[in-house]
Amino acid sequence: MSASSAAGPGVTPGPVRRGRLRRTLDRHWYAWAMVAPTIFVLGALVLYPLVRGVLQSFTNLTETNQRAEVCSKTLGGAQSCTPNPDRWHWVGLHNYTDLLTGERGHFWLLLGNTVVWTVACVLLHYLIGLGLAVVLNRNFRGRSLYRVLLIVPWAVPAFVSAFAWKFLFNPKFGLINSILVNLGLDPVEWFNHRWTAMFAAVATNVWLGVPFMMVAILGGLQSIPSELYEAAEMDGTSPWQRFRHVTLPGLRPVSSTVILLGTIWTFNMFPIIYFVTGGQPAGETEILVTGSYRAAFEGLRNYSLAATYGVLILALLVVYAAAYRRALKSKGEVW
Amino acid sequence: MTRKPRGRDQRSPLASIGLHATLLTATTIALFPVVWVFLASLKPQDAIQSSEIRLFDHPTLENYRRVLFETSFPSWFLNSVVVAFFTMVIGISMSATAGYALSRFNFPGKRSVMWLFLITQMFPVAILIVPIYTIMANLGLIDTKASLVIAYCSVAVPFCTWMLRGYFDTIPAELDDAAALDGLGPFKTFWYVVLPLARPGLAVTAFYTFLTAWGEVAYAIAFILSDKNLTLGAGLQQFVPRFNPQWDLLTAGAVLIMLPASLVFYFAQKHLVAGLTAGGTKG
Repeated sequence: MSASSAAGPGVTPGPVRRGRLRRTLDRHWYAWAMVAPTIFVLGALVLYPLVRGVLQSFTNLTETNQRAEVCSKTLGGAQSCTPNPDRWHWVGLHNYTDLLTGERGHFWLLLGNTVVWTVACVLLHYLIGLGLAVVLNRNFRGRSLYRVLLIVPWAVPAFVSAFAWKFLFNPKFGLINSILVNLGLDPVEWFNHRWTAMFAAVATNVWLGVPFMMVAILGGLQSIPSELYEAAEMDGTSPWQRFRHVTLPGLRPVSSTVILLGTIWTFNMFPIIYFVTGGQPAGETEILVTGSYRAAFEGLRNYSLAATYGVLILALLVVYAAAYRRALKSKGEVW
Repeated sequence: MTRKPRGRDQRSPLASIGLHATLLTATTIALFPVVWVFLASLKPQDAIQSSEIRLFDHPTLENYRRVLFETSFPSWFLNSVVVAFFTMVIGISMSATAGYALSRFNFPGKRSVMWLFLITQMFPVAILIVPIYTIMANLGLIDTKASLVIAYCSVAVPFCTWMLRGYFDTIPAELDDAAALDGLGPFKTFWYVVLPLARPGLAVTAFYTFLTAWGEVAYAIAFILSDKNLTLGAGLQQFVPRFNPQWDLLTAGAVLIMLPASLVFYFAQKHLVAGLTAGGTKG
């Protein structure tokens, strides 16, 4: 972006062109100047790192081979530096083939986990959120109190609720196992099995995410004109028919947005998996984002492998979003 | 959470009971983890780790005293405040004008800019964290708060733009036209007319950005090395290593983190959702 907003004058004046053309030119210039700083920041903070990340995924960059030179102290105390013989180099698609064939990492396991995790979370978020919103949208006493209390989990930072639920799911003294025992059931070693550990993580994330969905859908419900319901009632429809033919279509714009955002957020949800299961048992509940993070920052830091995971995650999300958008378009949604 | 009197005339008593039963169950589930952590934070260590369910067990403020005076918790807290505050200020001031332009003007390239902002929402921490880390390392910024602020801005700027655009959409464009007739240019219109009207929107966006930075952990764990520079998310983790976790410290710390966040949240939540969804629904 060349035109910064400070360079105000000097762009337009010149020979005065009258009419609409000039006005639109003016407006476009202002618009671009207003958007420019943000674009610039995004370029520096997002696009440039992104390009670097993509490039890194074609190298074998790790913690140990990142230096261009190896320096060693000589006897006198000075340093002598020689080019690093083991310096990182280009490996082409090597990382991708390794990951996708399962040579290194557990891409397919993590992908499976991610899909289960995302579908379960978003489905439960949406259904529970919709249910609660429909209930709250009626008229009864205490409604605003319920509403405020139900929003509480949203105010809790994700890592705090991760620790809180880890505490509740603690096999030895956690509340959940205590309740199970009091009900005459066996306590569960939550983090020793893949699916019980996944269950614990999903429960945490559902708890955390339902309030947002609920409030968003509630907003959507309140924007549906009540005449539609009155007309439907005149026609002698059942409550279920009204729900299917008035409520759900009326919620479409809100639903499509929150489901898309929810999917993206859940797909990339780092703290819950990282803190609640920590990948236990033996990395079987890792999702793609946490797997990539561990590749980058745990053990021998394999930056290139982590970048490769990152590129694959982004590719999956972009394809998903594009498909989603196309599906909406084909149904006549403008979004 | 008191039981409410039975519902109104148009509902049968049975439906009313069902309604309240559903809501009471949901409310209990929503509140219980928080309440339970709070209760646990008041118990001495051995009582926390007992398998018996007891609401109270020798309540004491000892855990809080230890967290506040015997750990680095206060400095983590301060670090989080500083990082979140700067992220918020930078995020808002950068994105307000962009949000306005996207809301008001139809200019070539607008759709692609909108898409750019949406796609950056999709960027997983996984793809940006390594390159940003290497850039920070080259700049010598690892283990500084500045590195976190910069990293968080990569999320905050597109998010704030998206949200603020939604707010500006709700301010009638006729006001702008009137201001233009009075001879104000777009920048002045924005500054003197629209910005004051958008104050609630700005406040909520600012607040939400603050909370996002407040709750971030991935960058915080990767970028910060020394104990005194940690933020809350990364610091709290130190209380619960895989072996010998100190739940007494953790529960007290968790309550101290939740408290201020929930308070502010309570005042902001009404406007929050309108903004979040407005950006998306009015394509």
